[in-house]
Amino acid sequence: MGIKIIKPGMMSSIQDQGRRGFQSLGVSTGGVMDPLAMKLANVMAGNPLDEAVIEMTMTGATFECGEPARIAFFGADMGPVLNGKQMRMGQPMELKKGDVLAFGYAQKGCRCYVAVQGGFDLEPVLGSQSTHLQAKFGGLKGRVLQKGDWLPFKRPLLSDHTRRIRWSFYLSPALSSYLGNRKIRFIPGKQYNWFTEEDRERFLNQSYQISADSNRIGYRLKGEQPLTGMERQELITEGTAAGSIQVPPSGEPIILMADRQPTGGYPRIGEVISVDLPVLAQKKPGDWIRFEPVTLEEAQKLYLLQERELSALKKIVQQKMKE
Amino acid sequence: MSESYQIYPLGDSALMVEFGQQISASLNQRILQKARHLENQHYPWLDDIVPAYTTLTIFYNPLKVEGSFPYGKVKKMIERELSSATDEEELSSRHIRIPVCYGGEFGPDLEEVASLNGLQPEDVVKIHTDPSYRVFFLGFSPGFPFLGGMNERIAAPRKKVPRKKIPEGAVGIAGQQTGIYTQEGPGGWQIIGRTPLSLFSVSQNPPALIMPGDTVSFVPISREEFYSWEETGWE
Repeated sequence: MGIKIIKPGMMSSIQDQGRRGFQSLGVSTGGVMDPLAMKLANVMAGNPLDEAVIEMTMTGATFECGEPARIAFFGADMGPVLNGKQMRMGQPMELKKGDVLAFGYAQKGCRCYVAVQGGFDLEPVLGSQSTHLQAKFGGLKGRVLQKGDWLPFKRPLLSDHTRRIRWSFYLSPALSSYLGNRKIRFIPGKQYNWFTEEDRERFLNQSYQISADSNRIGYRLKGEQPLTGMERQELITEGTAAGSIQVPPSGEPIILMADRQPTGGYPRIGEVISVDLPVLAQKKPGDWIRFEPVTLEEAQKLYLLQERELSALKKIVQQKMKE
Repeated sequence: MSESYQIYPLGDSALMVEFGQQISASLNQRILQKARHLENQHYPWLDDIVPAYTTLTIFYNPLKVEGSFPYGKVKKMIERELSSATDEEELSSRHIRIPVCYGGEFGPDLEEVASLNGLQPEDVVKIHTDPSYRVFFLGFSPGFPFLGGMNERIAAPRKKVPRKKIPEGAVGIAGQQTGIYTQEGPGGWQIIGRTPLSLFSVSQNPPALIMPGDTVSFVPISREEFYSWEETGWE
């Protein structure tokens, strides 16, 4: 029981906040590309913020409920339709057995997250339910969702509903305004000064387009002028972070994303700040971005502020659900 | 003992400690000891520690650090830990023998590596199986060991056109490095052989067969031995 995948969409997988503590064994952290959308979907589903969710990419999936469920979704606008009726993003719903929820092409943004109250009953692997697509473990059988798969729930919906309920509250559309942002803020990195002044200016002044061969491991960027002014120094392989902006000899930056390898050997011009990783995760190939430097102090302030707002929101939703 | 190192932020949730600029076994050993020492402190904000050749990357959760500027706090605590005596941290180091079937279907590039270096294929095998390699750290893919100590006489550049698919267990050479692919995937290394051993399994604890600080040597086996190799537990 749980929900059944009728159509898997382009690339749907189970993800949570990722694996901690195994990077020294060469294991990527993985996890959702857009942690903000995951958290907002979980808030509305009445879950802990980091409960595992379904991450859908570009084209969403179609699900059929095998039992009553309370669900919520957030992120890219994939024109969600429930039994033929248009649905609103960020509104919790109680579905009954046989309901069909369908997502289409992402009109705005790139990734949408589906949360089910209580979460999915899938065995954590190395402390996480995230699907490690390259190493083929975690999530559902270590792979993307396929037609006919069942995702079991951890616990049945306690309120025994045989009718469908749409809760009367929903997340403000303003919360999804980040989908349209183009500005990506970064903290200059350890090798920032390896780049020539000309290259650093170029990096800040030109727009970059997300190229087609971008994925959960990294986003490849195309700018008008490559950053090739640097006298090549050999970098001894060292740690990387989600958001690291690597510049290989081609001079075309690659931003490392959720499934990045824990170590890398290309110089890094900087690291994208945590609150802008969701902005980036919602960019599709062909979209444009610009970089803007910020201080570490500012980045951490923004991150703490976002988390405070999320926990305040969570309290409000909990209150509403009791009413 | 006074330590020389530099600390750099790595984004807003990690920092990197750089202990030197030269790859050496002794520097790497010190880094592994420091990593163990930090792990043993069980800081609630500590998410992950990633040793590499000359650096230690420390991932922290800014939400679990008090105050408005978590980096400043974490940096201070790291500095304090690094200055405390840690030389007595015991690191267990094991020697692991990796059976490898060289050449033929398992090592399609063995002859190329030989001719590039003016050697016979059997010389390459002899030189490759001779040393005891140090495991500096794991990275690239789950359980993939970065090994030091390969003889320069069998060095070979990466393939000009990377292969789309290299099987798990493939043993390769890239420049002056040798390594073992731990999962199937694309790659540009010159493949000289393959081991029937699985280097990473989530059902084992720890999931990686080879750990940083271990030493590894390669032992040649026949095709028949490769196919009849039975996986046993990692004891």
